[in-house]
Amino acid sequence: MIKDFIKGLWRENPIFVQVLGMCPTLAVTTKALFGFSMGMATTFVVVSSGVVISAIRKFVPEQVRIPMFTVIIATFVTAADYFLKANFFQISKALGPYVPLIVVNCIILGRAEAFASKHGVLRSFLDALGMGVGFTCALIILGSVREILGAGTIFGYRIMWAHFTNWIVMVLPAGAFITLGLLVGIFNVADKKIKAKKQKAQG
Amino acid sequence: MEELILILIAASITNNFVLTYFLGICPFIGVSNKIDSAIGLGMATTFVMTMAATVTWLIYYYILVPYNLVFLQYVTFILVIASFVQFVEMFIRKVSPALYKALGIFLPLITTNCAILGLTLFMVLRNYTFLESVVFGLGAGVGFTLALVIMAGIREELAFADIPEALQGTGITLIIAGMLALAFMGFGGIISG
Repeated sequence: MIKDFIKGLWRENPIFVQVLGMCPTLAVTTKALFGFSMGMATTFVVVSSGVVISAIRKFVPEQVRIPMFTVIIATFVTAADYFLKANFFQISKALGPYVPLIVVNCIILGRAEAFASKHGVLRSFLDALGMGVGFTCALIILGSVREILGAGTIFGYRIMWAHFTNWIVMVLPAGAFITLGLLVGIFNVADKKIKAKKQKAQG
Repeated sequence: MEELILILIAASITNNFVLTYFLGICPFIGVSNKIDSAIGLGMATTFVMTMAATVTWLIYYYILVPYNLVFLQYVTFILVIASFVQFVEMFIRKVSPALYKALGIFLPLITTNCAILGLTLFMVLRNYTFLESVVFGLGAGVGFTLALVIMAGIREELAFADIPEALQGTGITLIIAGMLALAFMGFGGIISG
C-alpha cells in the first residue's frame, strides 16, 4: 500500500523518470510559487479523477474508456480552473491557459490508464497522491532554481546579495529547457549512486 | 491581409509553439529520432491543428457562446480534437502503413498533444476572427513541424557524439531544445522591428 504512494516520489517520479507532463512543467516554473500552484492543481485533478475512474472501472466498456476518462478529467480541470479564478485570481491569471491544459497532461491520463482502471479505489488514491506530490516537488525544485538565478528571490523573498545580476536567460524558455535537462542529469547520477549503495548493502 | 501574414509568421517562428510556449513537448522529445517520422507526425499534427481550429471556432461562437455553455469549453474542445485524431489515424493506416507503424503510440497521443488544445485556448483568449483562427492553426502546425524536424536532424547527428552518461536521452535533448529556443529568439525582430 505505502509503496503505491512512495514510488511516485522517486522511483517513478513523473517528471525526472517518466518525463511526462512537460508543458506545464516548463511553462509555469518561472517562479517557485507558480510551480507550487500548478502542482497543487494537478494533484487535485489526478487524485479526484483517479478515484472516480477507479470507482467506475467495472462499468466502463473497454472501447470507450479513453473518451470517458478524458471527459472525467476535463470536468475536474474545469472545477479546478473556476476555483483558482474565484479565489486566487492573480495566480490564475499568471498561469493563463496552462490550467485548462492540465486536461492533456499525460501524467493524468497515464495514471488513469495504467493504474486507476485496474486497481481499487484506495490504492488508486494513494498512487495518484504519490504522483501528484512527486510532480509538485519537481515543479517546486525547478521553479526555485529558475527564480533564484533569474530574479534572485525564492517564493518572493530576496535571498541573493544586493549586487547579484539576474540571469535573464533563466526566466526565458531557453532557461527552462536547460535547467530541466541538467536536473534530469543530476537525478540520474543520484539515482545511480543510491542503487549502487543498495547493491553493496545487499551483496 | 497583413494581419493574417503576421499571425502566420508569429505562430510558426517568433512565437513557435514548442520553443516558446512549451506546447507539444512529449512528441517533440519522443518522436524526434528520425527525420522521416518527424515529418510524418508534423504533417498529421498540422492537419489536426488546422481542422481543430476551424471546427472549435465554429462550435465556440455559434453554439457555446449563444447558449451560455462556455463552461463546457474544455470538454467540447477535447472531444472535437479526439475525433479528428481518430480520423487521421484511420487515414494514415490506410494510406501509409509504414508511417503508421513508425509513429506507433504517438499517433493516438496527438489527442493529448497540448499544442492542439493550447491552440484552441489561445484562439479564444485572443479573440481571433474565423479566418485568423484558421491561419493561426496552420502557422502553429508549421512551426511544430519545423521544430520537430530540426530537432530530429540534430539528434541523428548526435548519435555519434560522446555525451556524458547521465545526460543521455532526455537530458541532452532538453538542453539542445534550450539552445534552439535561444536561436529562435533571434527571429524576434522580424515582427516587432
